[in-house]
Amino acid sequence: MRLGANTWVGGGLFAVALAVAVTAPWIALTDPVMDANLLNAELPPSWEFPFGTDAQGRDIYSRVVWGARISLTVGVVSQIANSIIGVSLGLSAGYWGGWWDDFVNGLTNVMLAIPSLIFALAIMAILGPGLVSLLIALGLTNWSYSCRIARAQALSLKSQGYVQAARILGYGPLRIMFTQLLPNMLGPIIVIATLGMGGTILAEAALSFLGLGIRPPFPSWGSMLSDARDHIAAAPWISIFPGLAIFLTVLGLNLLGDGLRDILDPQSTTRRA
Amino acid sequence: MLLVLARRVGNMVPTLAAVIALIFVLFSVIPGSFMSGLGDDGRTMDPAVMERMRKEMGLDDPLPERFLKYAGATLVGDLGTSFRTREPVTKLIAGRLWPSLKLTMAAMLVAIAIGIPLGFVAALRPGSMIDTASMVGAVSGLSLPKFWLGLLLMYLFALQLKWLPSFGYGDGGLTHLILPAVALGVSPLALLARTTRAAVLDVLNADFVRTARSKGMSERRVVTWHVMRNALVLVITTVGLQFGSLMGQAVVVEKLFSWPGLGSLLVDSVFQRDIPAVQGCILVFVLFFLVINTLVDLAYVAIDPRIRYG
Repeated sequence: MRLGANTWVGGGLFAVALAVAVTAPWIALTDPVMDANLLNAELPPSWEFPFGTDAQGRDIYSRVVWGARISLTVGVVSQIANSIIGVSLGLSAGYWGGWWDDFVNGLTNVMLAIPSLIFALAIMAILGPGLVSLLIALGLTNWSYSCRIARAQALSLKSQGYVQAARILGYGPLRIMFTQLLPNMLGPIIVIATLGMGGTILAEAALSFLGLGIRPPFPSWGSMLSDARDHIAAAPWISIFPGLAIFLTVLGLNLLGDGLRDILDPQSTTRRA
Repeated sequence: MLLVLARRVGNMVPTLAAVIALIFVLFSVIPGSFMSGLGDDGRTMDPAVMERMRKEMGLDDPLPERFLKYAGATLVGDLGTSFRTREPVTKLIAGRLWPSLKLTMAAMLVAIAIGIPLGFVAALRPGSMIDTASMVGAVSGLSLPKFWLGLLLMYLFALQLKWLPSFGYGDGGLTHLILPAVALGVSPLALLARTTRAAVLDVLNADFVRTARSKGMSERRVVTWHVMRNALVLVITTVGLQFGSLMGQAVVVEKLFSWPGLGSLLVDSVFQRDIPAVQGCILVFVLFFLVINTLVDLAYVAIDPRIRYG
């Protein structure tokens, strides 16, 4: 089994993003919120301010570093919630079938029909801005793909010999689902979760950009960009660095997801020929 | 064909009903109502006036009664009255619908015109430079935040090169449309390039392609006659799914470029707590998605005679 180049590059990018998020208090040069100084406003990148300063004279590098915490917390936590919801629904629907399957299918169709960004936006409108609202809004609205995959896998696995053997041995349905079916479908589920994490990070940035996510002055990559438009002519670096951080983090997750798919999910048609 | 259409439309009904119920439930539990929003601004309101307004808007009626009223009105196409402008929501939406449709269609056009040929060429030469380059490009396109791409395009083409206007709707002409359409179109473009490549690779390995080759059909005819048509089904699925959700995804792009579409209306209405307008916009996004998907299902039947819906 060979790990492809995309696994290495993607894993590397994501590892860097994680490391930055974890070590933010030590590698940031200044306080991201308090060190505003209008005398330093809109300075281009320099030794003192590696990414330049914003309209309030805050160091953009330090704000980008702290922003990694928000993006990755939202990405990881809400994607775990999505995976748990999607897999529980899909696995039980595929295994039990019947009215429960119909119900889960209907629910998935409803979720697919509402664009997930719009659904998350509606929930943010109700809960108000903030980290906890973001985790709820994004953790409840992106589970339909995990659900579909888990259901399809459960349907195809449940007639396998080892599952029937477990049933004859007297295993209960829950025990079969968690000890027999789940371990055998982890590959595709991990792939979907990795790609989904990139999606939730993009969605968080979009919501914060619209002013519905993390509220300024606390640095989130998306909210940093919402101030940037008004200053883009004079100070393009305010726009460049937070966007680059989002792009590289999501690119890392997408490459990693593709690479893992090549390894874990050999039937997939998107693999390299 | 008519039977298929009837069945498909019939399938939309339960989903749509569930969405209407969901939208109502979400917004009837909203803690900060429109009224308390007014109070937040520090303006003091005469309690008697507030009481009268609540009554007029029916905010004090019991929930089940409000739901039946809402669902009944929605069914006959009445989306309520905007809290803010006192106009019918349908009128607000009607004014935004064309700009939204125009932007969504233009973005999809960009995606189709570039994405499908790119994926096709990549699949015919797997492992080549052009394949690698287009697939690296595609995964990058999927990772770009739309509004950041829009900002960069705005900086380059509007502010530096001064080729195109930086934002706004203008007189509705093409120049104002290009930048937002490209910003919105890049991620469906990337996805289409990947899907087309995968679909074509799949078909190239199929038995009927081997048969066609072994009976001496020229490679050119194999590709145009067999491969393109068979890859089309998967490609059209992706086009449909992307197109259907693109209008909702346009929110950030519309906001960035001050585009007067439904997305801008939705965000503005959220900030002003204009709940009927918010509900109306969401409903239009969902309807658009369902209608496009129904059309895609019909397209399958037209393209692939093997697919039959009874």
